[in-house]
Amino acid sequence: MSGALDVHRLQFAFTVTFHYIFPQLTMGLALLMLILKTIALKTGDEHYNNAARFWARIFGINFALGVVTGIPMEFQFGTNWAAFSRAAGGVIGQPLAMEGIFSFFLESSFLGLFLFGEKRLGRIGHWFSALAVFIGSWLSGYLIIATNAWMQHPVGYQMGPNGEIMLASFWKLILNPWALWQYAHNMSAAVITGSFVMAATGAFYLLSQRHIEYAKTFVRLGVIVGLIASCAQLFPTGDEQGRMVADNQPATLAAMEGLFQTQRSAPILILGQPDVENQRLENPIEVPSMLSFLTYRQWNSEVRGLDAFPRSDWPDKIPLLYFSYHIMVGLGTLFIALLVFAAFLLWRGRLYHSKPMLWALMVAVPFPYIATTAGWITAEVGRQPWLIYGLMRTSAGISPLVSSGSAWFTLIGFLGMYGVLAILFLFLIYREVEHGPEAADAA
Amino acid sequence: MTTLWYWLIAVMIAVYVLLDGFDLGAGIIHPYVARNDAECKQALATIGPVWDGNEVWLLAAGGTLYFAFPALYASGFSGFYLPLIIVLWLLILRGISIEFRSHIDSPVWSPLWDFLFSFSSALLAIFYGAALGNVVRGVPLNANGYFFEPLWTNFRVGTNNGILDWYTVLVGLAAYLVLTMHGALWVAWTTDGAVKERARQAAKWAWAGAGIFSVLISAATFWVQPHVLESFQERPYGWALPLIAIAGLTGVYWFLRSPETSGKAFVASCVFLLGMLTSVVFGVYPYVLPSSTGEGYALTIHNASAGAYGLKIGLIWWAIGMTLAAAYFTFVYRQFFGRAARKAAQANH
Repeated sequence: MSGALDVHRLQFAFTVTFHYIFPQLTMGLALLMLILKTIALKTGDEHYNNAARFWARIFGINFALGVVTGIPMEFQFGTNWAAFSRAAGGVIGQPLAMEGIFSFFLESSFLGLFLFGEKRLGRIGHWFSALAVFIGSWLSGYLIIATNAWMQHPVGYQMGPNGEIMLASFWKLILNPWALWQYAHNMSAAVITGSFVMAATGAFYLLSQRHIEYAKTFVRLGVIVGLIASCAQLFPTGDEQGRMVADNQPATLAAMEGLFQTQRSAPILILGQPDVENQRLENPIEVPSMLSFLTYRQWNSEVRGLDAFPRSDWPDKIPLLYFSYHIMVGLGTLFIALLVFAAFLLWRGRLYHSKPMLWALMVAVPFPYIATTAGWITAEVGRQPWLIYGLMRTSAGISPLVSSGSAWFTLIGFLGMYGVLAILFLFLIYREVEHGPEAADAA
Repeated sequence: MTTLWYWLIAVMIAVYVLLDGFDLGAGIIHPYVARNDAECKQALATIGPVWDGNEVWLLAAGGTLYFAFPALYASGFSGFYLPLIIVLWLLILRGISIEFRSHIDSPVWSPLWDFLFSFSSALLAIFYGAALGNVVRGVPLNANGYFFEPLWTNFRVGTNNGILDWYTVLVGLAAYLVLTMHGALWVAWTTDGAVKERARQAAKWAWAGAGIFSVLISAATFWVQPHVLESFQERPYGWALPLIAIAGLTGVYWFLRSPETSGKAFVASCVFLLGMLTSVVFGVYPYVLPSSTGEGYALTIHNASAGAYGLKIGLIWWAIGMTLAAAYFTFVYRQFFGRAARKAAQANH
């Protein structure tokens, strides 16, 4: 049966990773478009309305792909993870159903108005439709995070007579402390993605000397909002997220950091490959005592290494976890450095003419996506071998009667289908960017 | 409480079928009713702004089913693994077809998406019908409450079921015809000129087919799943539901006589669909997934539901959420189709 388990895991990992390319941008853009609409409303400057309209078209394409790749996520809980759903559906079904009823109805109703109803609604009405789209998409994000947070850190439940997990406290589930920090961390990541996409588009226009006024707005807004979000990504949200992992998933922390031996004054690793077989690191570069300090705020405190936990409780893909985590942290640090420098140039009035910085902003656009994906791999692989931390092993969660052959059939089908989607997506986005904001206001 | 949730979810699914049903049907018939690119755009414009909102009902109904009847969700979705994943692919194909068609004006680009849109819409209608047929007929549940059906076995109704057998294929074809009629009526109502006339013709043909197949599947259902007939005999007031369906179908015929009453014909079609679906829901109750391997294995509203606390708290937010959703729909509908929208359209002329 372990053959089928791997295919089910791979299919979910692939479909959810692909899906999340789109919502991270729409959630980030929802905030940025709201900022543009707010400036337009306050200043009465039509320039900002036109800018918002250009991004609304990008948003629309991403939203459509988010919807069509999102439906498979909800379905797969039942199709591929039936034993998990049977046990836990009464709990995690709550936030998932609320997402449909509270956010999707709101979002889909007002997105139509936002995209097609600007003339009918008037300025204030259109601003409200942008607000509704923002609330809908950010609420949707919260309810999904609440679902994932419960799997990371189950609260507010009791066990039923037949081994099913029953909801005991709705508010504990919804206000799970894990969910609050995970949400903050995840949403600031979405804002980083949105900001980088906006700044990169502006940089592209500036470098190719088109749509100069819009380009300046995009770069300016992207750099300022991106800098704020990048700082929030590290502190407090990243720091708090890390401490929650240390408190509640200590084996995960040890694996993320590549800490095989329990020690006082534990160092933090900058570089080095974990050799799981021999439980050591190759060519490590480390900062002494830093891990102890970051985790417990004391330089000499003891941090438990993987040796403190039975091997059956170790995450099963330690190198993947270790590298994902380090890629996320490394890129997050680079974002802050890049944006601080860009903001400095903006302040000095030199950003729009600084070719190296514009080039850097433009080619940086894939990296927030990579950082976000690496962050989610850290969360999901880090939770292993648990599906619900401490309650249910991943191997116990799959659909008992779906053969590995059926799972391969659908995995291959998804690969093909999403390959086509990716090509179409890139093609359409390229066309929108080629059309540019001036074309958008003519329409 | 569980009976209430049973009906609430049934109503949500019914709303999904009514709404997405008309855009599926419109998708099926648009190559027939529209003969050139302008007509195609006219037909697709009637569903372009609403199809994704309609599909949200599928997500909302699915989510609600998940939390209220987790054992059913687990068993049903894993047992119907192959057809559900295929439905997902069709939904994706359909979504990108209608969204991406309009992005490029080209004699190569649009016809490809038009074909894919119509093809995936037709297959979806058939698969939905077959799925409903499977739920009514019953599935080979084991002692742990799981089953798995391959796409087909020997096309006989028995304990060795595939997704497709003669009964579910029959229901699938009926769904195809009924939704074609429903979609044709929608297009007839919301367009004018040649497209409207062709849509009315299509609706008349589909009406005849839908009528014949409704009789066939009703008879077949009583034979394949005797519990349905027992339900009606035990609670004879339930006969009102099939009567409503008959009234709806008669109404479609009546209102199709004149192009002026196309809107009423569409409403009658909604009544027909609602009558058919509620008849099934009434007939299957209290089962949520009957078993073809012995009654003891069947899933009912009692053994498949979530804990009482969760169901109670769910009722509170469900009522709040649906009230809000109704408010948005009213607002959006007024903006796009209400008097204000008509005035704005006049002002533009």
